Amino acid sequence: MAIFLNENSRIIVQGMTGSEGMKHTRRMLLGGSNIVGGVNPRKAGETVDVEGKQLPVFGTVADAMKETGANVTVIFVPPAFAKAAMIEAIDAEIELAVAITEGIPIHDSAEAWAYNVNKGQKTRLIGPNCPGIISPGKSNAGITPSDITGPGPIGLVSKSGTLTYQMMFELRDIGMSTAIGIGGDPVIGTTHIDALAAFQADPETKAIVLIGEIGGDSEEKAAAYIKANVTKPVVAYVAGFTAPEGKTMGHAGAIVSGSAGTAQAKKEAFEAAGVKVGKTPSETAALMREVIKSL
Amino acid sequence: MDLFEYQARDIFEKHGVPVLAAAIATTADEAEKAATAIGGKVVVKAQVKVGGRGKAGGVKLAENPQDAREKAAAILGMDIKGHTVRTVMIAAAAPIEAEYYLSILLDRSNRTFLVMASVSGGMDIEEVAHTAPEKLAKIPVSAVDGISLAKAQEIVKAAAFPADVADQVAQVLLKLWEVFQSEDATLVEVNPLVKTKDGKVIALDGKVTLDDNAEFRHERESMERDALDPLEAKAKAMDLNYVKLDGEVGIIGNGAGLVMSTLDVVAYAGEKHGKVRPANFLDIGGGASAEVMAAGLDVILNDPQVKSVFVNVFGGITACDAVANGIVGALKTLGDKATKPLVVRLDGNNVLEGRRILADAAHPLVTVVETMDEAADKAAEFANR
Repeated sequence: MAIFLNENSRIIVQGMTGSEGMKHTRRMLLGGSNIVGGVNPRKAGETVDVEGKQLPVFGTVADAMKETGANVTVIFVPPAFAKAAMIEAIDAEIELAVAITEGIPIHDSAEAWAYNVNKGQKTRLIGPNCPGIISPGKSNAGITPSDITGPGPIGLVSKSGTLTYQMMFELRDIGMSTAIGIGGDPVIGTTHIDALAAFQADPETKAIVLIGEIGGDSEEKAAAYIKANVTKPVVAYVAGFTAPEGKTMGHAGAIVSGSAGTAQAKKEAFEAAGVKVGKTPSETAALMREVIKSL
Repeated sequence: MDLFEYQARDIFEKHGVPVLAAAIATTADEAEKAATAIGGKVVVKAQVKVGGRGKAGGVKLAENPQDAREKAAAILGMDIKGHTVRTVMIAAAAPIEAEYYLSILLDRSNRTFLVMASVSGGMDIEEVAHTAPEKLAKIPVSAVDGISLAKAQEIVKAAAFPADVADQVAQVLLKLWEVFQSEDATLVEVNPLVKTKDGKVIALDGKVTLDDNAEFRHERESMERDALDPLEAKAKAMDLNYVKLDGEVGIIGNGAGLVMSTLDVVAYAGEKHGKVRPANFLDIGGGASAEVMAAGLDVILNDPQVKSVFVNVFGGITACDAVANGIVGALKTLGDKATKPLVVRLDGNNVLEGRRILADAAHPLVTVVETMDEAADKAAEFANR
């Protein structure tokens, strides 16, 4: 089963012919993803050889979907063009759009999101500024290394890319149904709650790891959602206890303003919802091991 | 980037938001000249990005240019909550009849923009929001639709602005939206927005935060910025994502989340080792080449407070052998300048080869530890020696 992405996913890459796009198209193909084409209006009609596979380049997402039956797009275009790329994907009503691009202006992300809402959210947007989504053994849409872990019963949702990798690595002997990096920007498409809801409904997922970080209130909302709606065991980790107020810690969204968005507040919200919170990534993995053993 | 008040005022003026005549001064001489040019009574205002400057004595009314000179001399150089006043703004004084509040900001929780408006401006608006929330109208604004005249009128009505200023406030809202959108701001705040005795609505003080991600489409090079910590300035010049903190264990890692996590793990470990703390945040990103590693180590080793360094890398896209080569290369480049113990933890892609490279190099300062928690403990122990 997995969530949002599976063995039937047919993936196109917006910005495939750029250097990042090409590098990761190759990696996704080698990792077993079914990449069916790319989009670049200036190279429409051309074909690109990637690892022996002939990938057609289309002028628009809509054309690519019509010709290839694609239902997933991964966006690698530079920040200045990312809003247009997201809106194009939304207009084409593709099922899933994964925006990897880092450094997109907030007004652009906010506009793309509002546009998606106005259009009835026919497209699930993941990101921007995220590593994407991987359902190990089935498909990988993004930049997560394909070989960290195999399939298994754990669902993972995280704001951070490298912490996603770290947690997949810590739990590689158990494996994951799906791991989603939702991104560290202030405005993102898929939230912790969206992933929790899908994991709760996915029969393959038996337990969930949630990784949060300072900034915003996504974790607090997730805690309330878990208390009300999630019956599967959830273990959480929050990064940024030592972050000072008013300084952005790498991610544009990782900032503590006043008393809002602190790691302590998020930890307390999870604990109040009955979710165990690890002090370190390894301790969090150890908590998940206990959960899996007790199932 | 948070702007100084005078920068916010200038942006307001550029977009047609009504403001008072003003000029900046960095010396008492300049302040006197500015006051002469403006004429009449003026207000001398310290330009610092911190609240409570009025209470701290950073805002003074001056009767005439000579008085403005004296007031500016007193305010320039003043320390307000750790911020040294380098610049004052000399602004025309206005007889105020009423004080209001307006802001446009990102409502992150709802992934939309939000206008907040109140006829109870001037005082601490957070206090108003807390004690009398009914006095602060909050109206969502779509990032697609923005603020039209109809929307502005809806906001004016929701906040119950008096009829005699309603049209003017609606016009101010339209202009503020123009500022917010065209300047790529994440916050535009006017507090107070005032009605003068002659019935004019004017933005008396403003706060603007601009989105750093949008710098590529704006000309912001010439804007005055906060004086950076010298190490932060050096890191910025080398394009490193570095934040200086108060501690003894230097940190280098890849990925914002992992680095934040590393700081936490070091702080926990430090509890057992003389309460040592992380000295910085430094994310070298996906590349982690020898050059970037050398630049990062160079910044951290120049921090006199640092006693040990923890390099924490998870090889995702980056292979650990490349990171190991980066560390070895960096230590070679730094030569005698590298004097502090380095604890290295590598995991992930090609980790065995990475560890082998470090073992072969056998640099006397480098200790390789297998897990993040143990490595943090070791780094804290070294920092406490």
